[in-house]
Amino acid sequence: MNKVASPIRVTGLNHWFGKNEARKQAIFDVNLTIPRGSLTILMGPSGSGKTTVLTLMGCLRDVQGGSVRLLDHELNGARTAEQVALRRRLGFIFQAHNLHGSLTARQNVLIGLEVHGGGASAAYVEAANHMLGLVGLGERLDYLPGSLSGGQKQRVAVARALVGNPEIVFADEPTAALDKESGRTVVEMLKALGRERGTTTVMVTHDNRILDLADRIVTLEDGRIVDDRTP
Amino acid sequence: MTRLLQRILGRLPVGWLQLTHSRGRLAAAIAGVSFANVLVLVQLGIAGALNGTIAQGYDLFRADILISAPDANTMTDGGNVARQHLWQALADPDVADGAALYIGTLTWSRTSGDTALQTFGIGPDKGDFLAPNLAPHAASLMRADTAVIDRMTRRLEPGLVATLSETTPLTFEGGGRTLSVTGAFTGGVGFSADGYMLVSDQTFLSLFPRRLSGAPNHLLIRLAPGADPAQVADRLRRDLGGDLRVRSMADAIAEDQQYQGTERPTGIIFGFGVVIGVLVGIVIVYQVLSTDVADHLREYATFKAVGYPHRYFISIILEEALILATLGFVPGIAIATGLYAALNTATGLPLVMTVDTALAVLAGTMAACALSGAIATRRLAAADPADLF
Repeated sequence: MNKVASPIRVTGLNHWFGKNEARKQAIFDVNLTIPRGSLTILMGPSGSGKTTVLTLMGCLRDVQGGSVRLLDHELNGARTAEQVALRRRLGFIFQAHNLHGSLTARQNVLIGLEVHGGGASAAYVEAANHMLGLVGLGERLDYLPGSLSGGQKQRVAVARALVGNPEIVFADEPTAALDKESGRTVVEMLKALGRERGTTTVMVTHDNRILDLADRIVTLEDGRIVDDRTP
Repeated sequence: MTRLLQRILGRLPVGWLQLTHSRGRLAAAIAGVSFANVLVLVQLGIAGALNGTIAQGYDLFRADILISAPDANTMTDGGNVARQHLWQALADPDVADGAALYIGTLTWSRTSGDTALQTFGIGPDKGDFLAPNLAPHAASLMRADTAVIDRMTRRLEPGLVATLSETTPLTFEGGGRTLSVTGAFTGGVGFSADGYMLVSDQTFLSLFPRRLSGAPNHLLIRLAPGADPAQVADRLRRDLGGDLRVRSMADAIAEDQQYQGTERPTGIIFGFGVVIGVLVGIVIVYQVLSTDVADHLREYATFKAVGYPHRYFISIILEEALILATLGFVPGIAIATGLYAALNTATGLPLVMTVDTALAVLAGTMAACALSGAIATRRLAAADPADLF
């Protein structure tokens, strides 16, 4: 896999919501280049557009104006098939865990692996078990999400996002459901992945307890970048 | 089960896991599919019984070729055939023998109600034109006003039939004559008659005084050994002139079944019942699958964010559709088989569950479920991964 120095390059990004008269601009001329292996935190009050920027960069939303180059692919005007293929190289951690309630912890993690094809192999099961062990759920492999606590569910979601060795991890308030210690553990894990494998992380958070782990903190307000600093 | 499906599908059987996760809904869905299956199977069973009863009338006779009037769409419908055609046909070197067959319906009034007997009249010397179980009775019909009766006749007490013989006949009045029933054979009840009765041609003509000996309903033809029935039929059709129907026995049965199945109200009603059953099944399965999709939109949106393509979700829904089809079929066919037996006991109609019917219904169920699933996938568009944040 080719190593891109800057897996995310955002230039002149504008975005609008609504149609016709109700159309309202939400993102104004955002420029952002994120180097490989770094951990970037997007901050800002609610409604500042940080989540919109995150979904635009993660090709979950179509780019309307400006350019987003993700892993050397232009997202503005990208076809659905290209978007789907790119998403397989990414990992998403959602604020709500979004686990599948009918699948066990292990099966939920397998979802992150089977997307790469090759079916349900023993190697996948082993990788899923290992990943769940890393997030401290080695004893809960066959539990359904319904019988896991909020923090445990969030850790399964983290395992699902990381098990496929994504090149970029997008996370939206990943620590919200976790106590201070496990929240830090998760973010430290992401940071270690950045060091060891060059995994890039972009995280939206309000959690002040983890700011010291960031390589860079970008603050948005009313759809514009107002601050960009290194702690 | 999960492992087996995993091996078949080459992926986690997400559809199966979703279905089995909500047991109540799964049970309701299976009940719905079973119900549709029962509906279709019972209609098919009755339609099959219709075909069966059509064939059983012809099966009482043995002939290579049947000559009938142009409008004789069924065994009893249509006009008569002039008996002179029999002599013409016998002139053909490949025709070995022939017999005139007279058919009428005789009402046997009993204290328990009227019984309609489909009565066949044939020369008592033509025993070799009768089915093997009828042939031995031919000689006993030589005596005027004797008959043999179908022991499957509706409301005919088995005790009455068991003691029948030439010395201890059952007598009853019909057509203004006193008939002596000296024997019984196994025929079967039909949709239009309660049972069959066989008499000699002379007895037939006295039972039905308005019928003429020169105008039987059908002519039965036996060919010389080695003759090709199709060739002889073509030749007879040409030689006999007019537009007589000259067909092999098998063709006559097939044409009759085709006619009664598609042009008579009974046949059309059963066909309609099948269509209704299929529609009910499709609606039920669609309802279950589309609710299931709606309930899992968030999960599917997450899967889309993970990078699964559209066809993955279609395969999940089809997986669910086929599971429902299979699970619904098992109780469906069990219940239908029970109903066949119950209907058979109640009506005497020959309802038979054949492997062909069962397999056709299973295939139809799968196709209908897959169609429902395909319609339900349209709801997938609502799963938008951008809404997850």
